[in-house]
Amino acid sequence: MAKFNHKDLLGMQQLSVEDIRHILDTAESFKEISTRDIKKVPTLRGKSVVNFFYEPSTRTKTSFEMAAKRLSADTVSLSASGSSMVKGETLIDTARNLQAMNPDLIVLRHSSSGAPHLLAKEVEAGIINAGDGINEHPTQALLDLFTIREKKGRIKGMKIAIIGDISHSRVARSNIIGLIKMGAEVTVSGPPTMIPMDIDKLGVRVVHDPVEAVKEEDVVMLLRIQLERQNKVLFPGLREYASFFGLSGEVMKGAKDDVIVMHPGPMNRGVEITSDVADGPYSVILDQVTNGVAVRMAVLYLLIGGSKE
Amino acid sequence: MRTWIKDGEMVDPVKGIVNKVDLIIEKGRVSEVLPHGTFSGKDERINVISASKKLVVPGLVDMHVHLREPGHEYKETIKTGVKAAVAGGFTSLACMPNTVPPNDCRSVTDFILEQAKRAKLARIFPIAAITMAQKGETLTEFGDLRQAGAVAVSDDGFPVVNSDVMRRALEYARFYGLMVISHSEDLYLSGEGVMHEGAVSTRIGLPGIPASSEEIAVYREISLAKLTGCPVHIAHVSTAGSVELIRRAKERGIPVTAETAPHYFSLDHSAVIGYDTRAKVKPPLRTSEDVQEIKKGLADGVIDVIATDHAPHSPLEKELEFDKAAFGMIGLETAVPLTLKLVRDGVLGLAEAIRKLSYNAASILDIPGGRLLEGDRADLALIDPEYEYVLQEEDICSKSKNSPFIGKTLKGRNELTMIGGKVVWRRSA
Repeated sequence: MAKFNHKDLLGMQQLSVEDIRHILDTAESFKEISTRDIKKVPTLRGKSVVNFFYEPSTRTKTSFEMAAKRLSADTVSLSASGSSMVKGETLIDTARNLQAMNPDLIVLRHSSSGAPHLLAKEVEAGIINAGDGINEHPTQALLDLFTIREKKGRIKGMKIAIIGDISHSRVARSNIIGLIKMGAEVTVSGPPTMIPMDIDKLGVRVVHDPVEAVKEEDVVMLLRIQLERQNKVLFPGLREYASFFGLSGEVMKGAKDDVIVMHPGPMNRGVEITSDVADGPYSVILDQVTNGVAVRMAVLYLLIGGSKE
Repeated sequence: MRTWIKDGEMVDPVKGIVNKVDLIIEKGRVSEVLPHGTFSGKDERINVISASKKLVVPGLVDMHVHLREPGHEYKETIKTGVKAAVAGGFTSLACMPNTVPPNDCRSVTDFILEQAKRAKLARIFPIAAITMAQKGETLTEFGDLRQAGAVAVSDDGFPVVNSDVMRRALEYARFYGLMVISHSEDLYLSGEGVMHEGAVSTRIGLPGIPASSEEIAVYREISLAKLTGCPVHIAHVSTAGSVELIRRAKERGIPVTAETAPHYFSLDHSAVIGYDTRAKVKPPLRTSEDVQEIKKGLADGVIDVIATDHAPHSPLEKELEFDKAAFGMIGLETAVPLTLKLVRDGVLGLAEAIRKLSYNAASILDIPGGRLLEGDRADLALIDPEYEYVLQEEDICSKSKNSPFIGKTLKGRNELTMIGGKVVWRRSA
């Protein structure tokens, strides 16, 4: 079996093609566990995982928690509001205190890009980046890659359009890096205010009009439009966004017959996606959630399971 | 007793020449500059300082430092700041007003000068705030501040947003002979940005500060200087576009001068990769193309001055998430090696480089210093241009250690600093 020599999972940036393949293969073998009657294996018995979520999260947090529990690890969950970070403690101090209790892994969600990288330098425990600012969300990208591979049989050569606020999306950034590493062709789409400068240098194509962007694609991946960004003059309002950039059945008519539609959640129905698309035949949105648990089990296992070489 | 600085290569930034001389100092001033070998001095008791294989340069003048006192003494004090200055070869400093409280009235200026007198080392020239509490609304008492000893006014760190206030500041300051130093930044465009907006910020997911944020503000100052005919000095130029704007303004005779900091010609935005908060500065480190244009601007005289923007911060402000960390890096102790690299790389001649580190700043602020002609105060530094070393945190005299050059190999180092004919600092072996 291939080796996985990482202490942390900080981003797709840090993973090689072999690493990514290895994680996806491992996830495949774990997926079945979640369909069993007794959904638990003893693989990580005696290991402890801290879920440290400095930003609100339902899906990712639950997914990590389930993944850890199904592998028999002990889990503790911390959120910012219930932690000493609201009392003014710095991230490093909080982390050192956690480290003093000897956890094996810390799963960190944080509003600052680079926060997990800072933590990884400070503590011995492994760090999993569960989303840092607008930088990366590697387990989301891994579960997206897993889902694409599962539905399409391969990633290499696939054409994928990512539509939405690319500038402020860690999901987009991780997916772009991961997909390009795996040999896919990536197009990003959205209003010009939401496409970051020099994004083409990452090797993606920019097509602002979503109707154009989805035409030749095998996969259409939507991003959540963050309602609070409206104040930052990125776009005038949800109504206009929905009519020009929302993915509707009408737009989908121009897409390939076997296209699949993905969304990292939570969805704003009627904004970036209409209900007929979200619930339509090409939607694999709930498969993504299912696969998320398997992929996170794989990541936990590869980081702290088995013996270190 | 006289002092004889022997066998050194003297850099004369005024005449633009470098040659071996015998430099004689008496009563705190340069008494004679003689061709090498023509001074015997054998019939008197004389204090001899060997400057063999060293450069003898006028004490360097840094027109842009943050000494943090009053208010943030845990980052730097005037005492530790001047220690860092003399260690780096600087004998005169102009300190920015963004202290707590800010230097917006005579009592703060008095206090700074009092602390400088106690610290005894480098000479301090306070820069006062343009507006009360640096709020950008009401002008400070320029006349009173000038009398107290302020040499310039600046909005450093808190740019004056209201262009009419800036216009009036330029007009009013000229009457008192105060230079106006502009921190040119459009705060709206900078927004929540924490590094240069470009390929690197896109790749590592940090909010960006576009080059336009600086250039729009630089153009405003140039336009106001043209309108009023009053001089303005642009602080810490970091972009190719700013260099171009200033070049054109100078060609048209608009009274504008400019400085850049060593980090803007030594590092580009890739230094931020890995979320290294020591490389977080404002304006941010730009692209390698900008770095090239900054060098060109230095070479063709568009940029008059190299100033450090020495900005000490403690781990409390720096050992944080990148977006929460403070902007700024220290610079007093790395300016010499970083500038000498420009000389080795053929960007600047030696005399020109030293001129940008001394005489030009003194001229812009209209303060003494920056030259070693007969009769001048004997403020000088002896620099070993060949000494190569890895910068260690322990070597830094500043109270704060926030430098991205720690661990880097540098070449060239100040060995001895003299102020008013007295050796105030000597590198211990």
